[in-house]
Amino acid sequence: MATGPSPWVTSFDYEEKDLKVIGKNPADRSDALEKVTGRARFAADYNLPGQLVGCVLRSPHAHARVLSIDTSAAESLPGVKAVVTRDDFPDLQSEVAAAGELMVNYRDVTRNIMAREKVFYDGHAVAAVAATDRRTAKQALKLIRVDYDVLPHVIDVVEAMQPDAPLLHENQFTAGITPKPDRPSNIATQMTSKLGDVVTGFKQADLVIEREFNTKPIHQGYIEPHACVANYTSGGGGSAEVWASTQGHFVFQAQIAKVLQMDISKVRVNPAELGGGFGGKNTVYLEPLAVLLSKKSGAPVKMKMDRNEVLRATGPTSGTNTKVKIGVTKDGKITAAQAELNYQSGAFPGSALALATMTVFTRYDLKNVLVVGHDVTCNRPKVAAYRAPGAPMIAFAVESVMDELAEGLGMDPIDLRLLNAASEGTKTHMGGTLDRIGYVETLEAAKAHEHLKTPLGPNQGRGIATGYWFTLGNETSGTLNISTDGTAAFIYGTVDVAGGSRTVFAQMIAEELGIALDKVRVIQSDTSSLGFNFTTAGSRGTAAGGTVAVKTCRDAIVRMCEIAARIWDVDVEQVSWKDGHAVPAGANVGEFEPLSVADLAKQASWYGGTIAGHAELNVAGGGPGFGAHLVDVEVDRETGAVKVLRYSIIQDAGKAVFPDYVKAQFHGGAVQGIGMALNEEYIYNDKGIMENAGFLDYRIPVASDVPFIDTTIVEVPSPNHPYGVRGIGEVPIIPPLAAISNAIYDAVGVRMRDHPMSPPKVLKALSGT
Amino acid sequence: MKRTMKRTMKKTHVSTVINGDEIDFLCDPSQTLLDVLRDELQMTGTKEGCGTGDCGACSVTVDGVLVCSCLVLGVEAEGAEIQTVEGMAGPDGDLHPLQRKFVEHVALQCGICTPGLLIAARSLLANNPDPSEQEVRFGLAGNLCRCTGYHNIIKAVLDAAAEMRSA
Repeated sequence: MATGPSPWVTSFDYEEKDLKVIGKNPADRSDALEKVTGRARFAADYNLPGQLVGCVLRSPHAHARVLSIDTSAAESLPGVKAVVTRDDFPDLQSEVAAAGELMVNYRDVTRNIMAREKVFYDGHAVAAVAATDRRTAKQALKLIRVDYDVLPHVIDVVEAMQPDAPLLHENQFTAGITPKPDRPSNIATQMTSKLGDVVTGFKQADLVIEREFNTKPIHQGYIEPHACVANYTSGGGGSAEVWASTQGHFVFQAQIAKVLQMDISKVRVNPAELGGGFGGKNTVYLEPLAVLLSKKSGAPVKMKMDRNEVLRATGPTSGTNTKVKIGVTKDGKITAAQAELNYQSGAFPGSALALATMTVFTRYDLKNVLVVGHDVTCNRPKVAAYRAPGAPMIAFAVESVMDELAEGLGMDPIDLRLLNAASEGTKTHMGGTLDRIGYVETLEAAKAHEHLKTPLGPNQGRGIATGYWFTLGNETSGTLNISTDGTAAFIYGTVDVAGGSRTVFAQMIAEELGIALDKVRVIQSDTSSLGFNFTTAGSRGTAAGGTVAVKTCRDAIVRMCEIAARIWDVDVEQVSWKDGHAVPAGANVGEFEPLSVADLAKQASWYGGTIAGHAELNVAGGGPGFGAHLVDVEVDRETGAVKVLRYSIIQDAGKAVFPDYVKAQFHGGAVQGIGMALNEEYIYNDKGIMENAGFLDYRIPVASDVPFIDTTIVEVPSPNHPYGVRGIGEVPIIPPLAAISNAIYDAVGVRMRDHPMSPPKVLKALSGT
Repeated sequence: MKRTMKRTMKKTHVSTVINGDEIDFLCDPSQTLLDVLRDELQMTGTKEGCGTGDCGACSVTVDGVLVCSCLVLGVEAEGAEIQTVEGMAGPDGDLHPLQRKFVEHVALQCGICTPGLLIAARSLLANNPDPSEQEVRFGLAGNLCRCTGYHNIIKAVLDAAAEMRSA
């Protein structure tokens, strides 16, 4: 039996070389023209002939038993072609699968897309209708009679953890505790992670600070609501084609097949241009309903959510309660660090707790660590991944405590971090050691930043915080086709979640093959054109997708060397590849003119055949990224409003393939973090109903809320990527909460430990009540 | 054949000019201009982000006035001149300076808010050809973008304004 690592687990060593395309901003970006002219096709832009419109009936209760559902009146409304409820879906048993950065359990996926025994949150789907138009479908929803037995509900994570809290799942006993508890609980899992011994560590400390923090749930806030078109065909035992707004079409394919009990190969998912996801489009909501409505009606079905549905029934992150305790010697060396993480998972278990746990103290070199976490079910939508899932909230706690420690020690906060910074070889509390990382370089660049020299006025303050996020690898496949004219088409199977992947893949291919950037076309695959690709999550797009692009090129280069060998009538070992050309491997091979990709492609048919490259990899070795943020704020003492005056990001990108785009990712991540820090929160009434389910009341940052963002790209190449790339998309959302909180303290002397730091909360803190 | 179905709603015939072309459509009285553009006319460049006038993704101009097309009824467009993102580039495909500057400045990522922002920015520059950074920020505050943090959008609009002034 085979042991050891899978032969598909692949990484390429970083090679330093002169770069012609990578690292330079390309003049053109293949997706941009279509987006500025309105021609880019997002999921809601697809239409099929004869399509029906599907709509979803949603629970008006936070927690209720569903006694009965009567759809007869809806079904007899003219124009209504199909109705589906829980009775149309199989009852799936517990089975865990990966879906992006979070895990899903199919038992819960099927219950989340269509309520079964109970509704668990305001907005939970209970029925879906397909009709000739939206008006008729909406009218039909009003005719569906659902008999509910309303149950007590619980929203807040700390309340949900209490022994007498309303219980969501009667058969849920806290996992991770021995012996198994004898009473069910909303605490689905307890996770513990430790290194050394914190009791001893805290005894060695001269200063120990312990604080508690709370954060409210927030939404990913992508501007494109979920949408899909599905067409079911009964021929061949039943197959379905779906156009969807997704970050992972292969994962959607598997989820749709599973909940509808179809063969995976008979479901084809086409990812549309994605109108933002940030983790929230890693799992299915509408797609299985649309397929089933199509099957029942015999017509294609289009479904889209409105914003109210998006906020009530998809996404959000966990609301959290965290406690952090850190001890330092008087010289500033951390002796022990301890954290408790209580994370909402929403209606079903599976928050970002495991990921958050990995990031708690990872950036510091610590000998004694204890992290205990709880994954807690409550009457909210099942949480989804959101950009560095779970990390901003715990960074809020840790980086705020670090700020207090620096103050207590009379030390510069960057110096305190430098003194304790993780570097290559640092052992983490999650097990394993860190490879070459750029945290120290990032901190040093922050320390030298001009930002720190800018004078501050009254009620203005400055804060700093840092963040860490890993880079996922996972299954990634791609195909490169070289045409007879020497141009290249690369089919990729990740999703271009933010419009940069297509360009950076083209850059890497142009670099590898030595052809012009505009001779490379990059095409999005559907699920039938490539091997499995895991969801585009965990900052893996450029890193893992790029590794595959490079591998397909190197595969094609092997073929091109074979063709050159046949043209020259020499052994293939006598041909090597240099600067985009096949060249003789040595002087003794003979005098031959180097052959370019175009030369080889032209003659391929006579000297071998088709030139293509393939990769089905399980990419390994993603290099983690680190960032430091500096922020200046001004606090209005009369209103409590916090204005961000100046914002600077310093982050290690490993290698910035498309530098302007890397900076754009930094901007976007940080402003999402600023929104999280200052404004965004889910507000529930006493019945557990969301009261701000719209963009007017759930207010994400607008252009006038933020200043220009200064960016510095640090480049410490990842040793396990051919071009040194590190994931960069998620790190910039991690530090803002803490950086802003630290800046508020510097400005007005109050420590904000309850999120969001909105005017009423700041005002309350200022008045000392 | 005897009719058994009773018709409950009749559609209204509406005549408009969209991006310079005479276009007629039928719509029911509950349909918004956004629904008409996207569903009846297949002009899907205009996007729906919220349906409540809060995000600006559906921005168009009606008789030169910037509106959220989700807040205008299709029947209200009778006789109106409408401009959408599909009409921004010149007839020969030349991009509008704003479109070009959005591409150059990486002012878009996912691109869902882009058509609305371009329409709103064009409207802003028509009223104020030389805006300050703050005027651009406040002028575009009705258009939500979740990807970019607005940095490159503001740069692109200021740069396009400068180019348009010197043209």
